[in-house]
Amino acid sequence: MKQKIRELLAKHGGLPVAVDQIADDQDLYAAGLSSFASVQIMLAIEEAFDLEFPDNLLNRKSFQSIATITRTVEGLTGNAEAAE
Amino acid sequence: MNMSTGAGLAERAARVAAVAEAHADDVDAKGRFPQEAVDAMRAERLLSIQIAVELGGEGASIAEIAEVCSILGQSCAAAAMVFAMHQIKASSLVSHGADAAWHRAFMRRIADEQLLLASATTEGGIGGNLRNSICAIEVEGGRCRLEKDATVISYGANADAILITSRSHAEAASTDQVMTVFTKDQYTLERTHVWDTLGMRGTCSDGYLFKGEAPAEQILPKPFAEIAAQSMLATSHLLWSAVWYGIAVNAFARAQAFVRAAARKAPGQTPPGALRLAEASSLLQLLKSNVVAGLNAFEAAKTDQDVLSSMGFAVAMNNLKIGSSETILTIINHAMLICGIMGYKNGTPYSLGRHLRDAHSAQLMISNDRILGNTSNLLLVHKQDTSLLG
Repeated sequence: MKQKIRELLAKHGGLPVAVDQIADDQDLYAAGLSSFASVQIMLAIEEAFDLEFPDNLLNRKSFQSIATITRTVEGLTGNAEAAE
Repeated sequence: MNMSTGAGLAERAARVAAVAEAHADDVDAKGRFPQEAVDAMRAERLLSIQIAVELGGEGASIAEIAEVCSILGQSCAAAAMVFAMHQIKASSLVSHGADAAWHRAFMRRIADEQLLLASATTEGGIGGNLRNSICAIEVEGGRCRLEKDATVISYGANADAILITSRSHAEAASTDQVMTVFTKDQYTLERTHVWDTLGMRGTCSDGYLFKGEAPAEQILPKPFAEIAAQSMLATSHLLWSAVWYGIAVNAFARAQAFVRAAARKAPGQTPPGALRLAEASSLLQLLKSNVVAGLNAFEAAKTDQDVLSSMGFAVAMNNLKIGSSETILTIINHAMLICGIMGYKNGTPYSLGRHLRDAHSAQLMISNDRILGNTSNLLLVHKQDTSLLG
C-alpha cells in the first residue's frame, strides 16, 4: 500500500524533489506539496483504493506525510496488515 | 471599569471612529496615512486589545475585534483596514508566539508602546500566492538576515514592526516558509511601487525592497503554513468582512436618511427609493448573518487545530469572504440608486463615491477568482455541510 501511495504521490504530487528521496515521516507540505496537489492525491487515492475520505479526515494532519497517509488509508480499508 | 467588556470597547471604538470620520475625506483625497485615527487608536489602547491580559492586553475575542472593525469601517474604511490588518498580524503572535520568550516580551511591548504591526507576505514573482516565497532567510551565528522584494507592504512606512514571510532556509521548497518579526530599527525600506489607487487610498500599500537583520529568535517558532491555516486566513476573512460590513452599513444609513428626508417632505406618498431601501435592508441582514456565522464558527473551532486546518473550515471562511465582498457592492449600488445624483456627488451628506471605491477593493484583496479556484479544488473531495444548524 505504501508503495502504491508513493507511486500516486510521484504522479500527482508535483513535488520539487523525487519521491524516493522523501522519508516516510517527512513533512510533505514542507517538501513543497501544494494544497491543490494534496487534493489531487486524495482523489487519486480514492480512485485507486475505491474509498471516500470522510470530512473529519480531510485536514492537513491526515496528509502530512507518507506515513500518515498510509495510516489514514489503512484506517478506511481495515487493511493494516497489507501495509508493508 | 472593566476595559475588556464589549460596551466599553464599543465606546472607545466610537471615539476613534469620530476622529477617523473627521479626516476620512482628506485621507482619501490625498491618499495619505490616517495618522489622526491611528493616534486615537493608540490613545484608546485599541492596538493591544487582542494581547493576553497577563502581557498587558485585554484578551479580546475575535467577535469583539470584529465589532471594532465594523464601527471604524462606518467612518473611514482605510483606518478600519489598517486596524484590521494590525489585528491579523497580532493574531499570529497571540496564536503562535505565546510559548516563545522573545515573542511574549514583544507582545508586552506592543501593549506598553501601542506598536503598529504591518505585514509583508506578497513578493514580486510569486503571482499573488502568499503561501509561496522566493526569498529565503539566512540564519548564521544567532542572527537572521532577509532581503525581500515586497510588492505591497500596507502602511509599511508608518509601522513600528513588520511580520514578513520567507522560505525557511536557502535550500527550502517555496512552500516551506517562516514568518519573522522585524522591528523598525532592524530594517530599511526602499520604495519601489507607489499606492495610487481607486479606493482604500489611506492604507498606503506601497511596495518596498525590504532589508532586515535581527536576532534569529525573532523567527516565529511555527511553520508559516500552520500560522496561515490556523489563524491568519480565518482572521483575515473575518476582520476584512467586518470592515466591509461597516462600509455597507454607512452607505445604507445614508440611503435611509435620504428616503426619510423625502418621506418627511411629502407625507402620504412613499418615496421612490423606499422599495430599494427595503431590498438593501434584506441584503444587509444577509451580510451580517454571514459575518456572525463566520465569527461563531471560528470561536467554536479555535481551540481545535484539526478543525481549524480542516477543509470544511477553509471552505466556510472562503465562502464568507466571497459572500461579503460581493454583497457590499450590491448594497452600496442600491444606496447609490436611492440617493441618485446626491450620492454620486462628492461633499453631500449622501455622498457614496468613497464607499463604492473602497468597497471595490474587497473582491481583489486576495482575488475572489483565486479563492473560488481554491474552494472548487477542495469541493472535489470535501462534501458541503448540508445541516441547517450544523
